[in-house]
Amino acid sequence: MVRPGKFLKVFAVTYLIFLYAPALLLPIFSFNSSQIIAFPLSGFTTGWFKALLYQETLHEALKNSLIVAASSSIFATILGTLASRSSSRYNFRGKQFSLTFILAPLVLPEIIVGVSLLIVLIQLGLPLNLWSVVLGHTLLIMPFSILIMNSAFNNLDISLEEASLDLGETPIGTFRRVILPLVYPGIMASLLLGFTLSLDEFIIAFFLTGTETTLPVYIWSLFRFPKQLPTTMALGTILILVSLILLSLSEYFRRRAAKTQTSVL
Amino acid sequence: MGKLVQVKNVFKSFGEINAVNGVSLDIEEGQFYSLLGPSGCGKTTLLRLIAGFEKPTSGQVFIDNTSMEGIEPNLRPTNMVFQNYAIFPHLNVEENVAYGLRNKRENRTKQNKLVDEALELVGLSGLNKRSANALSGGQKQRVALARALILKPKVLLLDEPLSALDKKLREQMQSELRHLQRAVGITFILVTHDQHEALTMSDRVAVMFDGKVAQEASPRDLYELPNSQKVASFIGEMTFIDGEIIDENKNLKVQSEIFGQITIDKSRVFGQSSKSVVLGIRPEKIAIVPKTSRSKNLVSGKIIDVSYFGETTNYKVSCDTIETLTISSQNSVGQLSYSVGEEIQLRADLDNIIAFST
Repeated sequence: MVRPGKFLKVFAVTYLIFLYAPALLLPIFSFNSSQIIAFPLSGFTTGWFKALLYQETLHEALKNSLIVAASSSIFATILGTLASRSSSRYNFRGKQFSLTFILAPLVLPEIIVGVSLLIVLIQLGLPLNLWSVVLGHTLLIMPFSILIMNSAFNNLDISLEEASLDLGETPIGTFRRVILPLVYPGIMASLLLGFTLSLDEFIIAFFLTGTETTLPVYIWSLFRFPKQLPTTMALGTILILVSLILLSLSEYFRRRAAKTQTSVL
Repeated sequence: MGKLVQVKNVFKSFGEINAVNGVSLDIEEGQFYSLLGPSGCGKTTLLRLIAGFEKPTSGQVFIDNTSMEGIEPNLRPTNMVFQNYAIFPHLNVEENVAYGLRNKRENRTKQNKLVDEALELVGLSGLNKRSANALSGGQKQRVALARALILKPKVLLLDEPLSALDKKLREQMQSELRHLQRAVGITFILVTHDQHEALTMSDRVAVMFDGKVAQEASPRDLYELPNSQKVASFIGEMTFIDGEIIDENKNLKVQSEIFGQITIDKSRVFGQSSKSVVLGIRPEKIAIVPKTSRSKNLVSGKIIDVSYFGETTNYKVSCDTIETLTISSQNSVGQLSYSVGEEIQLRADLDNIIAFST
């Protein structure tokens, strides 16, 4: 291993500080007893967290967010699994073309996706509610699902499937008894990552939500009330923590997927 | 003994490439049959056509007089041992072996008994609970065999099953496979690129080149009576010498390089009749004798290369117009050894010469 130069080290550390320092301010101020978000800190309190317990609109938004995150991560994972299975196992006309388009939301600005979806839904005369947000989020998460599932399927030795068929198992039985158990860590990784992405997503939710808001949209609406700012900080702290846990779990499963399959060969 | 597997004029192409280019074979019940050829000759594709993983472009495969057209691999009376064994990594030995029993609706006790029997058959008794990832190459191979044999297939297909093993283990598995096949009486079809493996294990061998069967015969006939120069040089070694036909009425009379005029039995002549022929002789059908020996039909030459293999020594000899003649000599008691540059004489067993028309 080549030792990195001093400049690169300084650069890396600066980068990390720049990236995470703002996020660290959240927990600091969420325990600060003053309503004004500014240094110096005035005192320690857990009052803002307690206040969260009594905000009914917040609970409603949280419930909405959980419904959206769970549904869209499940839909996206199912669709992503099917798409990457077909692309890794079969050759068909327009494969690259369709894959590119499914992956497009990865690079498209979310605001464009949000606005276009809104126009489409309105033109179709569909109501805006949680399910329109689920639709938008599914679209957004699918590329991540496909990328995770692609690596799971590409590591899967095709002769294992053939062996199962050869031993008398049906294609569906083979999927259940061989393919699913072997790509299961990938599926878990995709579900968790999708859940996290949806839980934090604001722009598309903002455009597509009707009267039922999701958590990020609710937080945004709180900014109009400066008094609410410390509770928002407390809420943000919890969200960061949950996201970190979910992402670590997702990464754990993704690595396990890579490990179980390579050790076969 | 009936014909169990019949391949009837099968073609299989992948895009522009004709992997199997018109193959017809009859494989009898209870035989150990090998498909032998260099990589890319279509032998694996042919095996996969029999297993049902590939569908023929044209032609048909019959097993037990039933056409396999449109029959999926899971419904065919065949089981396969894959080249990389394809052991299910998330299951242990027992679960791997019992995998195919699930669909046979046997009760639990019966299943366990069958698994134990199968493991005993392949010499893995007691390893029931061992994780698949903790198995050595040789053990994986045995699990793959047990997993296939437990289903009592009519045909067991083996796709280069020994190529990943080291030499010692490979030789041991060769004889074990042979014994296993005799014990269970199931028809084995083995794909291999190793001519030694094919010759030692099989009842019959089909040699394939470029998607076609070049020769189908018993191992002995394949070695002693190869029907073309290509087969002759793929199975072992052979030295080729030019010859002119003098007379071809009863037997073939040929004026040859170095050996002079020789007579070759009709049964040892292959190819369309023509004016000139190529004569082939195996390295061990020529003996080296000292320069001082006096007897008929001796040809003088000079040793240009020596390769020592332990039980045998291979000599490359140049004589007269022939640049290199390969001779294999058993290093048995009393056998003289020779060194590079030495002048010697050759005595060929002329009855063993084969003629290929050109």
